[in-house]
Amino acid sequence: MTTPPPPRPDPKPTQRVVVTSPRTRAPRARRPYSGTREINEQSELGAVYMRTLIRAQRRLGLSVCLVTCGALGLLPLLFAIEPDLGKFRILGLGLPWFLLCVATFPMLLLAGWFYVRQAERSEREFAELVERP
Amino acid sequence: MTSGYAIVAVVVVALGTILVGTYGLRVSRTTSDFYVASRTVSPWWNASAIGGEYLSAASFVGIAGLIFAYGPDMLWFPVGYTAGYLVLLTMVAAPLRRSGAYTLPDFAEARFRSRGVRAVASILALAIGWLYLLPQLEGAGLTLNTVTGAPDWVGALIVTAVVTANVMSGGMRSITFVQAFQYWLKLTAITVPILFLVVVWQVHGASSLTEPEFPAFRQDTEVSFQRQTTIHVEESVLVRGTGEVDGVRVGDSGLVLTEGYHRIVQGSELTFPKDAPVPHLSTMAHNTNEMWSLPMSSGADFPLYGAYSLIIATFLGTMGLPHVIVRFYTNPNGTAARRTTLIVLGLLSFFYLMPPIYGALGRVYTPELLMTGQTDAVVLVLPTRMIDGIGGELLGALVAGGAFAAFLSTSSGLVVSLAGVLSQDVLRLGGVRGFRISTVLAGLVPLAMTFVSTGMPVADMVGLAFAVAASSLCPLLMLGIWSSRITTVGAIAGMLAGGVPALTAGLVTMFTDTGDAWYEVLLSRPAAWTVPLGFSVMYVVSLLTQRHVPPGVQRTMVKLHAPENLGLDGSGPSSADERS
Repeated sequence: MTTPPPPRPDPKPTQRVVVTSPRTRAPRARRPYSGTREINEQSELGAVYMRTLIRAQRRLGLSVCLVTCGALGLLPLLFAIEPDLGKFRILGLGLPWFLLCVATFPMLLLAGWFYVRQAERSEREFAELVERP
Repeated sequence: MTSGYAIVAVVVVALGTILVGTYGLRVSRTTSDFYVASRTVSPWWNASAIGGEYLSAASFVGIAGLIFAYGPDMLWFPVGYTAGYLVLLTMVAAPLRRSGAYTLPDFAEARFRSRGVRAVASILALAIGWLYLLPQLEGAGLTLNTVTGAPDWVGALIVTAVVTANVMSGGMRSITFVQAFQYWLKLTAITVPILFLVVVWQVHGASSLTEPEFPAFRQDTEVSFQRQTTIHVEESVLVRGTGEVDGVRVGDSGLVLTEGYHRIVQGSELTFPKDAPVPHLSTMAHNTNEMWSLPMSSGADFPLYGAYSLIIATFLGTMGLPHVIVRFYTNPNGTAARRTTLIVLGLLSFFYLMPPIYGALGRVYTPELLMTGQTDAVVLVLPTRMIDGIGGELLGALVAGGAFAAFLSTSSGLVVSLAGVLSQDVLRLGGVRGFRISTVLAGLVPLAMTFVSTGMPVADMVGLAFAVAASSLCPLLMLGIWSSRITTVGAIAGMLAGGVPALTAGLVTMFTDTGDAWYEVLLSRPAAWTVPLGFSVMYVVSLLTQRHVPPGVQRTMVKLHAPENLGLDGSGPSSADERS
């Protein structure tokens, strides 16, 4: 048995209204389980959401890190294999000095900036995904 | 180089630090204020504070000294110290903040729910912190010795006293102000003098820094030897003065030092003539300026191993330093933590442009430091050497003040974080009183250690602290954050397998004389073997003990990785702000 809805306290008499268009501006009904709730209640689906985020962030972090540090890490090997590279000069500085004192720092900054941008983007996408009703 | 102005500068820096600290005393009231400044610090303040805290004695005087002595191989120090922040940014910054813990042991407990992991992390954090404080105190001793002639222990004592008093009174809140102030002070103190010095070098005719000749004395130079020194003379030279060389007293008519090795007795004061090539310390590679400017010229055994070991230690060690990590908890959220780290990267990049210039100019203007072995003093001595009169003295005072700021700020940060660990995990004393007692203890231990260490370059000592951090706490953070398969047993095994050998190697090189043994480089630069050891033991042991995966690891992962504004960590058993 279902309980009848409580009587509306509206004293006005009922009116007829002509509906001319669908109610596009009204909020859509929320699905009973949003992504947020799936995650908080530790369902399988929630775990999948989280795993996707963690994987995306891990891949991003590792690739920025490995590309940058890998490029830097090649330098000692390069100078050991080909010592004459050290005599090469750029802007009046020896090549190792130019690379390590001047060129490295902007490269690190650029890599960091790229990482922050991408990481924030993937968090935004994640937020949209889990908050989507 | 005794200068009244420099003493004034050091006193002003010390007093200024105390004043800014007392200002903090009035605003810090609660325990949370003491530890993490109530998490109200903006990214720019926070980034300046991290920069101020991070730029230590090693950065301010040590790097220039090493580059001056050993050439471009040492450029990996500034590059590594900066790149460490890129690794920190990409791998741990945001999750670390989101873990909501105060100290590294707090993180260990939040992630692994285990007192055991926490205890091991505490001990390692303490060891790393003390290992890192030691060179700061030695650097302070060196600076005070260079500018005033005071014995080495005076500087160490002053730094310990100022820092302990300051941390006891204001805690982290005042420290955030102090640190931010000190970054800008240090940047000014290293940038302004070098601008003048480069101009002077240009005026002097911009003499080439890479001639195929040995560095030579620019004028008749009196050199005093503060300890018994063995030097290698490149070309026969007539010296005058007082003292004893190879058991022969230097008489009135002087003494000719022939090419080869000579032992000079402590306390000798010898005057070397203008244009004579500068003898080198026997343990240093004697290079012409041209050879010095090339890579792999430092004369160390296994230079490639050494370079890679240094790279691994500095790139991965930054995230494991206790005073760096505590700063991330003062960010309001993970996104702010990332932005803060990016700003830090910029601040450090700018600062590290300067020390190599000091090192290079030192080859021309202060070559006698190659003979006395006090290479760390090159930053302090250059301004007064290159610019005569009051201008040089003022610039010298600025550099000395900046160097002292470096010791004060790094030591403050370390003492704060060590006191946090001590009061929570070792002494188990809560509240403001426990924090104050721990502060005293955190400062006294390294002060005692300065009396037994064998003076090695400060940047090398700092490198050892990085190596221990990289091989123990770095695996804990990296694997703990990015893999849910790490178990409590694995975490403990990994930290010990990486940390104990690195720590032992560090202590052996610091407190004993290993000399020229072939394994010397394995001990003084241990990271290349201890870091892979730490990582692989932690991962493999975890795979073997999957029954010990900490309970609720999925919830912890949600908390570490989900953006805060989604309300995703609310259901976890311990929420982020319970303790603040």
